[in-house]
Amino acid sequence: MTLQNTEKKPMLQMNNLSKKFTLHLQHSTELTVLQDFNLSLNPGECVRLSGPSGMGKSTVLKLAFGNYRASSGEILVRSKEGQLLDMTQASARTVLHFRSHSIAYVSQFLRVIPRVAAIDIVAEPLLESGSGTITLEQAREEAARWLTRLRIPESLWQLPPATFSGGEQQRINLARSFIKPRPLLLLDEPTASLDPSNTQTVIDMIVQARNKGIAILGIFHDDAVAQKVVNRTVVMRSLNSNL
Amino acid sequence: MNDLDATPPLMRVQSLSCAYGKRNVVRDISFDLWPGEVLAIVGESGSGKTTLLNAVAARHTPSAGHVSFDLRHQGLQNIYEMSEAQRRMLARTDWGFVHQNAADGLRMNVSAGANVSERLMALGQRHYGQLREQAIDWLERVEISPTRIDDRPNTFSGGMRQRLQIARNLITQPRLVFMDEPTSGLDVSVQAKLLDMMRTLTRQMNLAAIVVTHDLAVARLLAQRMLVMQNGEAVETGLTDQVLDDPQHPYTQLLVSSVLQP
Repeated sequence: MTLQNTEKKPMLQMNNLSKKFTLHLQHSTELTVLQDFNLSLNPGECVRLSGPSGMGKSTVLKLAFGNYRASSGEILVRSKEGQLLDMTQASARTVLHFRSHSIAYVSQFLRVIPRVAAIDIVAEPLLESGSGTITLEQAREEAARWLTRLRIPESLWQLPPATFSGGEQQRINLARSFIKPRPLLLLDEPTASLDPSNTQTVIDMIVQARNKGIAILGIFHDDAVAQKVVNRTVVMRSLNSNL
Repeated sequence: MNDLDATPPLMRVQSLSCAYGKRNVVRDISFDLWPGEVLAIVGESGSGKTTLLNAVAARHTPSAGHVSFDLRHQGLQNIYEMSEAQRRMLARTDWGFVHQNAADGLRMNVSAGANVSERLMALGQRHYGQLREQAIDWLERVEISPTRIDDRPNTFSGGMRQRLQIARNLITQPRLVFMDEPTSGLDVSVQAKLLDMMRTLTRQMNLAAIVVTHDLAVARLLAQRMLVMQNGEAVETGLTDQVLDDPQHPYTQLLVSSVLQP
């Protein structure tokens, strides 16, 4: 793939995207958190969403993942087959297909599942139905590699992560996402509760993903981290679209 | 992507309505379900969710609308236009039904082993050794000790009965399972075990399921998609995380905001 080619082929494009919440239980109060937002993200590029809290940075990631439903505008994501598809119009099944093959999202907090061991939570994306013929043992081996890289002690692998520390849970969340690379990666504060050595590991992981051609959209509060991984910054201001 | 949407669904429900006398309890509900998908039907008591489940499972004749199921080799067929024999065959092979009260789905006065292998016997399997072997395999898969194979379910705890009911249904490798409040009335620890098991089994078997529950946490854990019912109508549908994290309808917002956070 030449650079020119990739420049012509954004992985993610948001056009005039708006998100408004209507709070029916509070006298139908309307909260506009994003208005006419535009963004284009190419393969191999890491874009930072920056700006003070409450400017809709996390909302942009949730919209791109299909977790929040857009009020208006387009969210075009490139499919495995190479076409741009508008996520705001896609069926539930199509969004699931995209999450399985095209979009990975690392939220700030791990959603723990009762009784399920850390290693199986990490291995799970590889075992989703329709993901291929990988066996449970192979998926666990791969999970073990990521847990090792992220310095989760082996004594914790068979435990459900509900009782883990914030930093450990965050690393489980990262491992669970990186185990199955997808061409669009959304990162919400991936190093927020990590110590310096784990932060460095995550920086390395992000840079490697970027160099492999993965398109990354992230929120990084830590400027030192951002400097090492980011190509471009989009500053979000109070309800004004920019760039 | 066109390919994805062109694949026929496993079940198609179109404009389904159900009435008790003059009272409409399910109104104009439509959805498609694909292989391996778990759909949660949520809503408060009396919203019509169990009636909807019974109607799509051929247990309650609807007053209007269609329910079609993808029969092997025949494609989508209207289940209410099949012969009674065909429907019964479907119910004991490709479908499963897990009742809220395990006593409704089990034979309480015969052994656990007989409960688990009954569907195989109904399909003509007669070899005692093989039946017993498969029963043991399924008891182990639902984490019931095979030493209990000759015990009757009335000696089992609530959680074990529910797991036995699941084994009894899944032994014929169905493609679709209906579940009516499968975890309600169980202790939370027992519930967690059952949920974990259902997640694993649906994934391993590429099993589709329609699960009625009033518990949004159960829906979040088990289901990819969700249908919210109020007064017999589907007021909101979507991916489970969309509906729970960004509820649009006033009633869904009320449901989501009413959940107690432990």
